[in-house]
Amino acid sequence: MNKTITVDVLREPVRANHSTGLAGAEKQRFRWPLTFNCLFSRDPTSSTFFSSSMAALYEGYTLCGLAPAQNLLSSGIQGVEAERDSDHVVVTDSTRSVTLYKVSDQKPLSSWTVKQGQTLTCSAVYNSQTKEYVAVSDGKVIRIWKEEEILLDKAFKATVSSDVWRVHCVAGGEPVVLFQRGAVRLLDSLLSAPQQSIEEILAQEEVIRWSTNIVTESQQVVIFTTEQKGDHFLYLQRLNPNTLQRYRLEREEPGLSPLSFSASCRDKHICLLYLYPNGHVYQSVVPVRGLGADEGAQALLMPRSLLLALPIGEGLLEAASAQVLDDAHVAVVGVPHPSAGAGKDFLCIWNTNFQTLQAGKEMAGKIYGQLWRYSNKLFIPHGKTLSVIPYEWPKSSLASALGKLRQAKTEESKAPTSVPSWNNILHEEKAHPLRTVETRKTRTNRKSQSAPSLTNDHILELIKTAPVEEVQKEVEVLLSRMDVQGLQPSVGQLASTLVSRSLDDPTFYTPSSLAQLVHTRCLCHSVCPDLVLLALERKDYFLCQLCLQFFPDIPEAVTCACLKAFISMPDVDAEKVSVEPDGVSFMESLMARERGPLGLQNGFSPIEMDRSDSLGVGDTRAEDKEKATTPTVQICPVGLHKAVLLNEILQTAYSDSFLLPHLKDLSSQHVLLFLQYLQFLYLKYSQDAFPQMHGLRSPSLTQIMDWVCLLLDAHFTVLVMTPEAKGLLLNLHSFVKSQVRLVSELGKIEGSLQELNKMKVKKDVGQYSIEVIELF
Amino acid sequence: MGEFKVHRVRFFDYMPTAIRAMAFNSRTERLALARADGALEIFNFADNYFQEKVIPGQDGRAVEALCWVGQRLFSAGLNGEITEYDLENLRPRYTVEAYGGPIWTISSNSQGTLLAVSRRERNFNDIQCFDFVFCDLLGRIISLSWHPSGTLIAAGMMDMIRIFDAETGRATHRLLVERGVGASKSKEVVVWSIVFLSDHTIVSGDSAGKVQIWDGVTGTLVRTQLVTKWDVLALSVSNDESSLVAGTSEGTVVQFQFISSTVGQQDKEWVRTRTFKNHSHDVRALAHTETAVVSGGMDTQLVVRPLLDKVEKNTQESALRKMTLPHRSLVCCAKKAGLLLFQFPDHLELWRLGESDGHGKPGDSLPVKRKPEKLIQLKRKGEDHICCSALSPCGGWLAYSTVTSFRLYRLQNNNISITKVSKLPKDLRSAHQLCFSPDSSKLFASSSHSSVIVVALNQPECKYLHTLKPKSGSRQPVHLLFASEDGKWLATANTDCEIHVYNLDKLKLHCTVPVYSSCPTAIAIHPTTSNLVAVHADQQIFEFSLVQKEYTEWSRKLQKQGLHSLWLERDTPITHVAFNPQNPAHIILHDTFMFCIIDQSLPLPEAKTPFYNQMTLRSLPEPQRIIHSHAFKICKNFQHLMCVSLLEDHSLVVVERPLLNIMSQLPAPVRQKKFAT
Repeated sequence: MNKTITVDVLREPVRANHSTGLAGAEKQRFRWPLTFNCLFSRDPTSSTFFSSSMAALYEGYTLCGLAPAQNLLSSGIQGVEAERDSDHVVVTDSTRSVTLYKVSDQKPLSSWTVKQGQTLTCSAVYNSQTKEYVAVSDGKVIRIWKEEEILLDKAFKATVSSDVWRVHCVAGGEPVVLFQRGAVRLLDSLLSAPQQSIEEILAQEEVIRWSTNIVTESQQVVIFTTEQKGDHFLYLQRLNPNTLQRYRLEREEPGLSPLSFSASCRDKHICLLYLYPNGHVYQSVVPVRGLGADEGAQALLMPRSLLLALPIGEGLLEAASAQVLDDAHVAVVGVPHPSAGAGKDFLCIWNTNFQTLQAGKEMAGKIYGQLWRYSNKLFIPHGKTLSVIPYEWPKSSLASALGKLRQAKTEESKAPTSVPSWNNILHEEKAHPLRTVETRKTRTNRKSQSAPSLTNDHILELIKTAPVEEVQKEVEVLLSRMDVQGLQPSVGQLASTLVSRSLDDPTFYTPSSLAQLVHTRCLCHSVCPDLVLLALERKDYFLCQLCLQFFPDIPEAVTCACLKAFISMPDVDAEKVSVEPDGVSFMESLMARERGPLGLQNGFSPIEMDRSDSLGVGDTRAEDKEKATTPTVQICPVGLHKAVLLNEILQTAYSDSFLLPHLKDLSSQHVLLFLQYLQFLYLKYSQDAFPQMHGLRSPSLTQIMDWVCLLLDAHFTVLVMTPEAKGLLLNLHSFVKSQVRLVSELGKIEGSLQELNKMKVKKDVGQYSIEVIELF
Repeated sequence: MGEFKVHRVRFFDYMPTAIRAMAFNSRTERLALARADGALEIFNFADNYFQEKVIPGQDGRAVEALCWVGQRLFSAGLNGEITEYDLENLRPRYTVEAYGGPIWTISSNSQGTLLAVSRRERNFNDIQCFDFVFCDLLGRIISLSWHPSGTLIAAGMMDMIRIFDAETGRATHRLLVERGVGASKSKEVVVWSIVFLSDHTIVSGDSAGKVQIWDGVTGTLVRTQLVTKWDVLALSVSNDESSLVAGTSEGTVVQFQFISSTVGQQDKEWVRTRTFKNHSHDVRALAHTETAVVSGGMDTQLVVRPLLDKVEKNTQESALRKMTLPHRSLVCCAKKAGLLLFQFPDHLELWRLGESDGHGKPGDSLPVKRKPEKLIQLKRKGEDHICCSALSPCGGWLAYSTVTSFRLYRLQNNNISITKVSKLPKDLRSAHQLCFSPDSSKLFASSSHSSVIVVALNQPECKYLHTLKPKSGSRQPVHLLFASEDGKWLATANTDCEIHVYNLDKLKLHCTVPVYSSCPTAIAIHPTTSNLVAVHADQQIFEFSLVQKEYTEWSRKLQKQGLHSLWLERDTPITHVAFNPQNPAHIILHDTFMFCIIDQSLPLPEAKTPFYNQMTLRSLPEPQRIIHSHAFKICKNFQHLMCVSLLEDHSLVVVERPLLNIMSQLPAPVRQKKFAT
């Protein structure tokens, strides 16, 4: 599916939200990702729909050393150009030599040098059709040679009549020559008459800043940008037929010129990406085909859109470069890492759709603002080396596209995955006979046992055929072997394969392996949309709980399905289910208080409040109500394990407009039970000043109240008609009243509190100021 | 009340210097304090700790020790000189070469007849009215203490203490002081301070951080108390010898008391009792008064810490006092020209205030159109430090004086030129205080015996006119001078608490204000009513009518009703009084922490009315304010004030010197106590 649709979808929830008028920041927390979930839930199979992916930078290696200029302003490299395949590049240094490298070997294959006194003025390119190299020396001398020629001086030379800016050649296209004054010639036609006169396209004082050459299926285009008195122009020179189009770039803040350009072609449009020193990355899209009529006339203003606003720390960027990787990713070098302070020596990959940082790497030494990309490698001169950094997009999902930044945040709040919780280790022994987190000793043991260890692909094959035990064993070994960072791509594949085998083969089910995979936190619903449903089908409620806990993107429909399954489960069955020990201990401590004497804090008594509400009503009614309410208040209406599972539901993220229709499917009996449970929780919370005191995972009071409201919204008419629900509704009414009262009281003092806030701001007084004071 | 445009000035980089030595005269209740630049200050502890005298320093004078002999004050320093000070003329009276190297310590016997000083080379000598007695010894004497009987002297040296017979000059005992442990084992231990008690107990403080109690009769060590890991620099004992304090280079002061360790037991011993931490740097000087521990050191603050067992709790007397800024004005403001003169010990700075043409609401900062600029930095000549300076209201004259010389300069501000007036009257050699007449035609310079020299200023020379002398015959120096706006009156105040008013037309004494027991800290004459307003060190305010020669009605009312307790509790003196020409009922006063406008037309605050009521008034609607407002309008927006003055354009100039800025400019504490070290 196309990207443009994705963007539309992204905008949609905002509109939807306005129209439905949802309130409360709590509910909007996961606004747009949830919209994706809805789309998923409508069509769970279309996982290809979402084509974004998680980029990763691999360990880099040095291709060659540099001889940077004395002042360290330039790297000493003029250009890196692709050679015959993805493993060969031609590196042209800024003085006299051209070197051919085999990248994977980090080895020069051959090197050519012009005579002393001559300089190469543009980087050498490789013409893959003729297997020749083309370079220009001293501005006007075009040199062409083949790999076997050793001496450059004896190679073919042709002197042209005007200074050449660059020679461009890309695979599938002919070499083109771009002259400094803007004229463009195909190399062949130029060589047929080297001394032909070259026209001047550019105005006086207009100079070329950057150029490239793009070949689409139909057309070869030379693109170059120029600068004239602070204005920047873009020229599109199409070849065969030759047409020239001139665009003017919108001005950024005065004095700022683009630091780097990068062009790519997609869908018959040329996408130009440019980076300004203030960290803004703009994108402009122009059609490959000319507009026809207005060619060559007035320079059109090129529309642009702000793609990224990179954090730049202090000061403006000096040497930085942005390079398009694909339609959603940009590699940026020379820009600070947002979470690593002010140093600007980072290579980062940003997702432009979500404005998230996908990967970052610190580059030692000075960054020169140069960056090339060929196939899946980035070439960066930094310090005194030219490094090659391979990168990759393994197939991934929205959740991972949320980026490293968000992951870092969640890891702050939750325990990091690599640190075992004692609870987990002690209580999950049954569920996971062998945890992913092991001592080194056991790990090495296991390794030696199963050596030679199987690769990812082997295991994927294995899962499709092997018996349950073997699969479980191998997955475990694999997980224990891999470090958490490298896990991300393969976990998704593993889980999907496991789930699809389980769906196909009713006898095959590996609960422990799946639980392990979920525990890695590298998995999310959109990677493996069938997992939760499979768990529900196999009544693996423990896995369901894990999924609810760890997946950030569970669709509302699935949440509702889980809720239905949990609430309809008989308590007897529920107690057999093994659940997360944290939740159990939380519920146990909550329930333990119901048995003990009711220690009311601060004189708060809900029962008394009821009485005051029923003033004027006959005593008998009040007694009735007490009979009706007190038991529900005291005793938890559901069993311990069921309560734990329900708590997990309460803590999942949702968007109420999408949840509401699914809630309507619940039967009135279930709604009543759930409401009673929520009421129980509410009372416990408000009585004992209890919430979150234990640091255990537990639903917040707001979450509880939100669910109460949702359930009432979905089933109000039914509840009103149900006689058993009457007492409950009356109770809930009094809760709401108390909440409203609290909020209104808070509102009263809001002004004073804000004043307090303002008062604390103290001005910094300099050496001298003139102030006005008033005495009364 | 009104809006004021305030020039908030923070570019006066006044920096007090470290306190080196202290001596407390319990008879006169005066504390003498010596600073690192050689300046001497006298604080009157009986009069609200008022800094009544300042003797300016001198290059090369480094006072190491101070000593009162009766009313006479002696100092000795590393320049090898013993100096006696003339406290009436605020200058050294004479200096005696001790014919040797640096002098570390000076001490007098209790009879006040003998002075002992220790020198580097001949090591030890006694002086009796400059008769030297030599005791040849090896080793340097760092500290000295006389036995109250006057027959024995204990001397703290390197690694040991010696006890000498004062008559024969022979050593009777040698007490070896143990060195520090660990790395400092190889370093000599320095006995920084020593105290000889009447029961022949010797207390020593040394560089190994020990306070040691010795028996001076047998020469044995009685007790060792390790109080710090660094040095014990100073010791001081109370008059009744029941309490002793030790100052350390961690900034702490440790108290020892001579008490019985268990209740009901008779035999007393020295027990460490309290630790005070009021300093960030070394405590170099200590004094133990009847009721308080006075300490000072590298952090330039003088701290008076009352001992709570000696004073009544929760009274003003029991409050801790820290004195950092001087009790006199170092800033002179030329009202008409908008110039500020800052006085430093070794130079003067002349600044022009900035300008703003904006108007703003109260609380706003106005855009500064023209920044303030430093016009002149004038270095003093000679080695004596500047003791007073003045700038004429028109900004055309500048004068300063040291103890030995007087200089007058003519300024041209439009093209910033300064020319020295070379022909000066012979009588004008030095001044304690300077003041120009409001029309800049006369210069008043206070001279010896409370006299004031009047000089007429006209170019190219200035002429001596008259010397005004009080009839009281007081010998004390004049520390305050004020010439009235109409040019008719000149008021002087001296440290005998006398305020004299002269009629300048007749060049005669007009009247003397009834002498009040506390020293005046600021005086001024009202421009229209010719009432003299005097504020005293005990915070009392008097208004005296020069025409009727009696206290005004308002002053009597104020005395009758009494000042508000919160006003009296302030611990810094009012250092400047000014008037608002727009509203004759307004008196502008300031101390270090606030400035106050007294509106004489409003009722005085009663004892129970909230005194600091500006915040309350601000929140009240306009008509209700008048009910709640009282005469004292206090503004605490600006703190650590060096000067508050009203310019001719009715804008206020506020010169602040935040203590934090002073603290941040101090050198790093030499030995800072770090947690868990």
